[in-house]
Order: sequence, then structure tokens, then C-alpha cells
Amino acid sequence: MLATKTAADNLAQAAPVKGRSLWADARARFFRNRAAVSGLVVLIAVGLFAAIGPFIAPWNYEDIDWAVLGNVREAGRPSLETGHWFGTDALGRDLFARTVQGTQISLMVGIVGALIAVGVGTLYGAVAGFFGGRLDNLMMRIVDVLMSIPYMFVLILLLVVFGRSMLMLFIGIGLVSWLDMARIARGQTLTLRGKEFVEAAQATGVRPFTIIMRHIVPNLLGVVIVYSTLLVPSMIIYESFISFLGLGVQEPLTSWGALINDGAAEMNNGLLWILGFPLFFFVITLFAFFFVGDGLRDALDPKDR
Amino acid sequence: MLSYILKRLLIAIPVMLILIVGTFILMYTAPGSPFASERGVPPAVLANLERQYGLDQPFIVQIGSYIWNLVTQFDFGPSFIYRDQDVNDLIAQGFPVTLTYGFWSFVVAVLVGGTLGIVAAVRHNTWLDYLAVGISVGAQVLPNFVLAPILVLVFTLWLGWLPGGGWQGGQLEYIILPVIALSTSFMASIARIARASMLEVLTSNYIRTARAKGLPMRRVVMRHALKPALLPVISYLGPAFVGMITGSVVIDVYFSTGGIGQFFVASALNRDYGVMMGITVLLGALTIFFNLVVDLLYAWIDPKIRY
Repeated sequence: MLATKTAADNLAQAAPVKGRSLWADARARFFRNRAAVSGLVVLIAVGLFAAIGPFIAPWNYEDIDWAVLGNVREAGRPSLETGHWFGTDALGRDLFARTVQGTQISLMVGIVGALIAVGVGTLYGAVAGFFGGRLDNLMMRIVDVLMSIPYMFVLILLLVVFGRSMLMLFIGIGLVSWLDMARIARGQTLTLRGKEFVEAAQATGVRPFTIIMRHIVPNLLGVVIVYSTLLVPSMIIYESFISFLGLGVQEPLTSWGALINDGAAEMNNGLLWILGFPLFFFVITLFAFFFVGDGLRDALDPKDR
Repeated sequence: MLSYILKRLLIAIPVMLILIVGTFILMYTAPGSPFASERGVPPAVLANLERQYGLDQPFIVQIGSYIWNLVTQFDFGPSFIYRDQDVNDLIAQGFPVTLTYGFWSFVVAVLVGGTLGIVAAVRHNTWLDYLAVGISVGAQVLPNFVLAPILVLVFTLWLGWLPGGGWQGGQLEYIILPVIALSTSFMASIARIARASMLEVLTSNYIRTARAKGLPMRRVVMRHALKPALLPVISYLGPAFVGMITGSVVIDVYFSTGGIGQFFVASALNRDYGVMMGITVLLGALTIFFNLVVDLLYAWIDPKIRY
């Protein structure tokens, strides 16, 4: 009797048990996943590289080191003494500074492209799924139609016609990328539409658009986050593809695709570092994004386990 | 079935029109004349050139005659840069090349990827499974423009086994590297999809029944599990085809195969709108046609689809 009483007192005095939110649960699951955490570490490292690289690089990304030009094979090797830590490219420009610059642009295109895709796609899918019926049918047929067009060609056409600029690249890539997102968001919305809280909102007379923004979209967040981490690498691949063909960012600006293209052209001359360093950053970043994406999916999508 | 085919065809036609009209409008609104880049052309000559190509006509006449020529004669129009060749010549020259290695890439991706995925699922959690998963994860970060230089570095520069470019009428050793470079990432995706769906099918009840009545595993897989497990693979073939068409541009440019993608990039750099548009329309039509075939195939195989 006494024992139970003290136990009860102890319980009463102990701090109230903290509830674990869904997000805290997901965070715990994510951090238990070793591949995902190491992916995150790599991403942070690459991000830091892009952010502070320009301040520690002894050379500028567009300046030509005249001492190296003409003898890139010997003088342009990666070395600590000359300050060309990654060596120079075939024109004698510092590869470290250029890799930093390329990383900045590739990451930026990837993230902005994914943001556009997420914004447009989520809203589009949520609207189609929420209203359903004929509107849904029409909107999804449009997505089907757009999906069966080979986009890269239209995108390159856009870039050529309206001039190659970063803005055009963003718009073009954003236009391409929201279709999958729209489908996924619609599918999720369909299951949410019948839920009680939506019904309650409808019964109290909330306007449809407010319901979508306040009740549907926040509930799509988990799926959207997972999918957008997988979107970033595919946006990076898109951009690199175009830049590899020499149709993307313009000199002296550069991106991973353009750097890999430069490196591939110099491979025959034995200047392997020009290919190696950009390729290394490209591959580890993509790997990291895929691992983080997988980890997030396992963490946020409990159905899958 | 017939009405389903007709319905799908009826959807395909407006899609094609949207593509043609869209690219035409893009080309039409492009600033400047296609001939303006040539310096020192007197205005009279410019006007003459534009009249010769019909560019002085009103928009609706231009697009009308373009579509008319395209539909009735498969005439993709002139090139604005090469005076002696029109788009049809370039397509006739480049398309067979692209088609050849594209076809082989597709075959390799489907056969190798499908087999790999299914074997991995059947031998779940063995070294074969891990190998298949490893390959498909690795290939995810090696898109064709990354893989192509690596392949050339290893097989051409270091080992010296295979030529690093050229076509030579499509001899075997010139085809191998383009096919590997183009097919690997799709092979990996197909393997991943096939593995996942096969794993799901193998845990279903009717497979357990088949096993329980004493059928050997091989027979269960071939006879009962294979068809449903391949359905997701079939629905992936459409996107894979689009991806391969896009990827062929990189292959053509990197390996200098003389395929259609090389003309596309050259025309993009030259601002040769006629050629760009012709190739876009051709490949768009191909894609739409292929998607149609995939849809029909899917409807034919999947017993759940009623039309």
C-alpha cells in the first residue's frame, strides 16, 4: 500500500512524460540510418565547400595563370606550392576555384529547380485531387500529354531561342520537373479528401482554396520532402546534361556538367585531374542526395516498413 | 480492344499537334531573322532569302504549309544554314545510326536489367541480390555523360580494346561502348523495378498456394510470377524510351557517331531553327508513338484493365 503510494507520488513529481510528435519520431528514425546520416554529412561538407571555397581559394575562377599556360601538363598539376590545389584546366585557370564555382551553380540549379517543381506540382496536384471530377480529369490529362513530350529538346529549343541565361535555365528546368510531383500530390490528396478534418472544415464553411492551403498541403509535406530530396539530384543531372553539351551556363561561369565536359575533352592528353575532381564532387553529391532521400522516405513514410 | 486503340490514337493526335504548334511558335517568335547572323547581307538579299523560305508569309500560312508538308509528304522543311541539305537529308543520314545503337541499348537494358532484377528477387538476400542492388545504386549516379568519358578512359585509353568514337558503318566494336554508356542507367532502373515488384509478387497468396501444391520454384516463377511482376517494368518502358532518346544526344556528340543528336546540337549552336524543329518534331512523334505501343501492350497483358 505504502509502496504504491510512494510510486504514485514519485510519478506525480516526475516531469510529465513528453509526447513524441510524428516529426520527432521521424527524426529519430532518420538518425538511426547510418547511410542517410553520412549522406547528410557529405552534403553539408559539399555545401561548405561551395560556400567558403571562394574565400580560401588563392586564384579567381576566370583568371588565367600565364605561368602555366602552354605547359599545363607539368606546371598545371595539382600542387600545394603553386596554389592550384586541384591543378588548372587546359586554359590555365585554377581548377579549385572553378570547381567551387561549378558546385555553386549546380547546387543552386538543383535546389531552385526542385523548389519550383515542388511549389507548382504540389499546388496543381492538390487542386486536381481536391476538386476531383471533371476538373481532375482535365488537369491530369494535361499532365499525361506533357509527360509524353521529350522535354530536353524543347528545353534546348527554349534556351537557344530566348538566349542562354541562368533565368531561362531555371524556368525551363522548373517547367519540366513539376509533372511527377503533381501526380504524387494528387494521389495523396485523394486519400486526404475523405478525412474527417476536411469534412469538418467543409461543414463549417471554409472556402475550398483555404482548405487546400491550410489542411491539405501541410499534410502532403512528408511526401513532398521525400520526393524533393530525390528531385534535387535529377535537376542537377538535367542541368549537367545541358551544360555537358555546351548549351547550358556560359563561360566563364561553369557547372559540373561543363567541367566534366572540359575534363573529358582533355582526357586524351593525360590531364586526368581536370576530369577527376569535378567528377568526384558530382558523384559523391548525387550519392549523398539519394541516401538522404532514401533515409527520409524510411523515416517519414511509415507504410513502407 | 479496338475502341481502346482508337481512343488512345485520338489522344495522340492532339498531343502531336500541340508539340508541332508549340515548337513552331517558339521558332517563329525567335528574335531576328535566321539569316541575320551572316554579316554584310544587304537588305534586298535578306528579303529575297526570306521570300525563298516563305518567311515573309503571315504566321498562319507558314504554320499551315509546314504541317501540310509534314503530314502529306513527311517533309520536315529546309535547313537555314546548310543550303544544299534539308532536314530530311540530315534525318536520313543520322537516324539509322541512332536507331541502331538505340535499339541495342533498349534490348540490353530490358533483358539484362529484367533478368538481374528477377534473379535478385528470387535469390533474395544472397550475394547475387546484393550485387544487383549495388549495381543499380551505383548506376544511379552515373548518367550517360559521366559514364561515357569513364568508359573511354578505361577501354580506349588504358586497355586499348575498343575505339573511343566513330561509327564505321556500325561495326560491332564501334557499337559496344555507345550501347553500354546509353543503357546502363536504364538497365539499373529496370533491375530495381523488376526486383521490387517480383519480391512483392512472390509474397502473395497465390504464389504460396502454387508452392504448397508442390510446384518447383523455377516453374512457379516462370509460369505464375513473371507476368504480374513485369507489369511495372512495362509501364517504365515509356519513360525509359524518352530518356534514351534524350541520352542519345550525348552519345552522338561524345562518340561522334554521326547520329541525329549530333545534328541537333550542331543546329542548336548554329541557331539553325529549321533543323532543331524538324528533329524535335520527329523525336516527339516517335515518343508519342512508342508510348501508345506501351499502353496497348500494358492493356493487353494486364487482365485487370478493361476497356
